[in-house]
Amino acid sequence: MWTLFHKFGSPKWFYGIATRLMPWLLVIGLGLLLAGLVWGLAFAPKDYLQGNSYRIIFIHVPSAFLAQSIYIMMAVAAVVTLVWRMKLADLFVQAVAPVGAVLTFLALFTGAVWGKPTWGTWWIWDARLTSMLILLFLYFGAIVLGSAISDEKASARAVAVLVLVGVVNIPIIKYSVEWWNTLHQPATFKLTEKPSMPAEMWIPLLLSVLGLYLWFGWLACYRMQTEILQRERRTRWVRELVRAEGH
Amino acid sequence: MAFDSFSAFLAMEGHGPYVWTCYGAFVLILTGLVMWSRGRRKAVIREQHRLLKLEETGAREQAPAAASFSRIHPS
Repeated sequence: MWTLFHKFGSPKWFYGIATRLMPWLLVIGLGLLLAGLVWGLAFAPKDYLQGNSYRIIFIHVPSAFLAQSIYIMMAVAAVVTLVWRMKLADLFVQAVAPVGAVLTFLALFTGAVWGKPTWGTWWIWDARLTSMLILLFLYFGAIVLGSAISDEKASARAVAVLVLVGVVNIPIIKYSVEWWNTLHQPATFKLTEKPSMPAEMWIPLLLSVLGLYLWFGWLACYRMQTEILQRERRTRWVRELVRAEGH
Repeated sequence: MAFDSFSAFLAMEGHGPYVWTCYGAFVLILTGLVMWSRGRRKAVIREQHRLLKLEETGAREQAPAAASFSRIHPS
């Protein structure tokens, strides 16, 4: 079992698997995303209450969903970093933190633009919006801390601790719409219930969420590979790879 | 199609500016993220290529043998 664990933790092994996986993630991810967005923009019926502005949901929900999922994945990787000191786990955290920050920003931005015609305001300090803003700052913190400490191991541990402390924010985001009286509408998808919207609306939404998820998988692999090339530059296999890559 | 014409599609009954701003930002920012990641990958490879070349030319000039039949350098 431990040999398997070490194999999965080996950057070289990961690099090879990622190279084989990435074309599939990219093609299927972009395909689903495009299908979901075109369907949502042009073919889904308009909302009886919000009119056409609700079409922002097809990018707002996937961005917000990914923003939180990425943080949860980072927290899992942080535990692995602290307990087993696996190199790949820290690599993952540092490679995807900027992606998480960008998606959190997009969720906030699209939410603000959606809020104007729907609620009459770009921003209010309500529980959901504020906790999402805190998530953005947590991402910034992880990025800055990771680049501020030059020692690889110390940086990995510091970032892992920060990410773990910040994970309390995730249930707050999730339940903010139920615990507090917020302007934000409750979740569109619940695991236990059927979606409250018609199929012509939730199917494209599901497609775009899945598509963005796979696209993120591709980008995470790509960015992790770059980190591996940087950190393992003294190993023989990376040298050979760089030599083969050419100029 | 949920719209009667292309102009109706663009206007979205007055909500066009909001909807298109969001979709535009989404595509632009995510494309930017990919470009930035590509740029970083290229920079890393370029830098290491330079170091490899430097190392190879340096090694040829000095040619320090790490080990020979008579002598080894244990690390």
